[in-house]
Amino acid sequence: MAQKKQALNIDADLARRLLGEMMLIRRFEEKAAEAYALGKIGGFLHLYIGEEAVGVGATSVLRPDDYAISAYRDHGHCLAKGADPRRAMAELFGRRDGLCKGKGGSMHLFDKTVNFLGGHAIVGAHLPLAAGVAFAIKYQGGDQVIVCYFGDGAVHQGEFHEAMNLSALWKLPVIWICENNRYAMGTSVERALAQPEIWRFGLTYGLPSERVDGMDVLAVREVVSRAVERARREKVPSLIEADTYRFRGHSMRDPAGAIYRTKEEVEREKQRDPIVLFRDRVLEAELLAEADVRALEKDVNDRIDDAVTFADASPEPPVEWLLTDVYKEDAEGV
Amino acid sequence: MAVMTYREALNVALREEMRRDPRVFVIGEEVGLYEGAYKVTQGLLKEFGPQRVVDTPIAESGFTGVGIGAAMVGLRPVVEMMTFNFAMLALDQIVNSAAKMYYMSGGQYNIPIVIRGPGGPAHQLAAQHSQSMEVYFYHVPGLKVVRPSTPMDAKGLLKSAIRDDNPVIFIESETLYAVKGEVPDDPEFIIPLGQAVVRREGTDVTVIAYMGMMYRALEAAEELAKEGISVEIVDPRTLRPMDTETIIGSVRKTHRAVVVEAGAGFAGMGSEISASITECAFDDLDAPIERVTGENAPMPYARNLERAKTPSKEKIVDAVRRVCHAQGS
Repeated sequence: MAQKKQALNIDADLARRLLGEMMLIRRFEEKAAEAYALGKIGGFLHLYIGEEAVGVGATSVLRPDDYAISAYRDHGHCLAKGADPRRAMAELFGRRDGLCKGKGGSMHLFDKTVNFLGGHAIVGAHLPLAAGVAFAIKYQGGDQVIVCYFGDGAVHQGEFHEAMNLSALWKLPVIWICENNRYAMGTSVERALAQPEIWRFGLTYGLPSERVDGMDVLAVREVVSRAVERARREKVPSLIEADTYRFRGHSMRDPAGAIYRTKEEVEREKQRDPIVLFRDRVLEAELLAEADVRALEKDVNDRIDDAVTFADASPEPPVEWLLTDVYKEDAEGV
Repeated sequence: MAVMTYREALNVALREEMRRDPRVFVIGEEVGLYEGAYKVTQGLLKEFGPQRVVDTPIAESGFTGVGIGAAMVGLRPVVEMMTFNFAMLALDQIVNSAAKMYYMSGGQYNIPIVIRGPGGPAHQLAAQHSQSMEVYFYHVPGLKVVRPSTPMDAKGLLKSAIRDDNPVIFIESETLYAVKGEVPDDPEFIIPLGQAVVRREGTDVTVIAYMGMMYRALEAAEELAKEGISVEIVDPRTLRPMDTETIIGSVRKTHRAVVVEAGAGFAGMGSEISASITECAFDDLDAPIERVTGENAPMPYARNLERAKTPSKEKIVDAVRRVCHAQGS
C-alpha cells in the first residue's frame, strides 16, 4: 500500500482538491443540463462532461496570476480557474449576478478576478488572443503564462496555424492545450484533418509537442507542469494534445451525440471516466477513504444546489443594461 | 504650428504617444525594418526598438488577434493594416473579438486598440486595393470609426484614438499621405473623436463630405461661388460616433443638403447621413437630399473607368445646382 501511495506521487490534500474540482464541474454541468431542460437556460449549452481531467489537471499547476482562455465549452475551465459557481450558474441563467451581468451566457464566461479571459465562440479565434496575452506578459517583463484550451475543430482553422507560428516565432509564454474529443460537432478528426495526429502540428512550428491521456488528471498535470516551466523560465510555448472524449452530445441540442458515433463507442469511452478512474486510484492508494469521497460528494452537491438557488433568486438584468458596456467612456489613456 | 505632410503628422502622433505611454506599441506588416509600406512608421524602429515596433508575418487575423489579446491585459496596441482592404482577413477578430469583448464580459475587459491604415480610392490600385472600407465597420456597435481628411486631423484624431479605451478603426488614404498642412506642435494637442468640423462656411446648401471627397467638394464650392451659390461644407471626421448635431445645425441654416461619398452608394455612409437629416430636420429642408456616391461596381483598373467610378467635381456641382434650384416652401 505504501508503495502505491508513492506511485501516485501526490498527497491527500492534492488528491482531494483534484477529485473535488472534477466532481464540482461534473455536478455543475449535470445541474445546468437539468436547468436547460426546465427552460431556465437558453441558447446553446456545451457540456464538458468527460473532459474534466484536462482543465483541472492543467489549472492545478498554474499560479493565480497566470491566465486561462477557452472556447465555447468553457464552464469547466472557468470553474477550475477559480470562478464562483454561483455567479457562473447565474450567468447561464442570464441573471444580473452572473459573471458577465447576464450579457455573455454559457459560451462567454469571463472572470477578471481569477484571470479567466473568456469563453470565445468563433472556433479558432481565441488562439491569436492567447498569443497576444502572452506577448503582453513578455512585453511587461512578467513571468506569468497563459493556458489556451481549444478543441480539435480549431485545428482545421487557419488561425490555429497562425497562432502556432507567431508563438514559436516570438517565443511567447503560452501553453496550447488541444482537447481532442475526436469530434468537431459531428465531424470526426479523420474526416477533417489530412494529418490527424494533432500534436505533430506543433513540431512543424518547432514547438515542444506531445500527446497525453486526457482522462488521467495526473498525467495531464505532469505534462502541463513541464510546459508551464518551459514557458515561465524560457518563454518557450508548447502544444499538448489531450486525448479525451465528451460523454454528452455537442450541445444540449445534440443530447446523445448518437448520429455520428456508435453507442458502443460511447459506452467504451465512458469506461475511461476521469473522475471514476481517479477516485478508484486514490482509494486504492489509500490517499482518501470512502468516507472522504462521500464527504466530498456531499460538499459538491451542496455547493451546486446553492449555486442553482443563487442563480434562481438573482433578478433579470435591468433593461437599462442593454445599452451599457458597449463603449468604455472614462478613458484611461487620457 | 508646423507645416507637414499628412504622413508626417501620423508619424509624429505615433511618436508622441509612444513617448508618452510605454503601453503603446505598433504592430503590423513591414512597420519596422521596412519603415512602413507607406512610410508612416518611418524611424520608429530606430527610436523605440523591436519590442515596440513589431514586424509580423502576413497573417492579418493572427496579428490583429495578438493586438486584441495584448489589449485585454493592459497594453495599447496600434495595429497597422498595410492597406485597409487586408482588414477583411481580420474582420472576425475586429467584429467578434474587439468590438464585443467589453459587452460580452459585462464590462470586465475593454479593448483599447487602434487599427489603422489607408483605404478608399487610390491611383489605379484596382479592385482589391481600392475599397472604401469604413462601411464594414461603422455598422458595428462597440467600434469607433475615424476618417481624417487633413494633416491636423490626422495627428489630433490619431492621438485621441490611441488614448481611447475602445477599439478605433482609423482609415487613412494613399491619396492624402503627401498633402501638406499646418499641424500644432503641442504634444497635448488632440481632437476629440465624434466632432465634425465646418470646412467652409456657406448659406445656401450643406455638403457633407470627408477625405478626398471633401477636397473635391471644396473645388466644387469654389466653382459654385462664381454662380452665386454659397456652399457650406461639413466634414464628419469621425463616422461613429457621428456628430449629427453639427450636420443638422448646418442643414437647419442652409435648408439643403448634399452628401458625398467615394464608396458605392448602396447602404453607404450617405444613406445613413441622409436618413438622420430626414429624421431630425425634415421640416427644415427646402429640397430633397441628394447623394453623390461612387458607382455600384468594383473599382476598375483603367484610368478612365477609375475616374468614372468615383464622384467627380462636376457631379457634385450638378447635385448642388439641382437642390438649390428645387423650389421649396
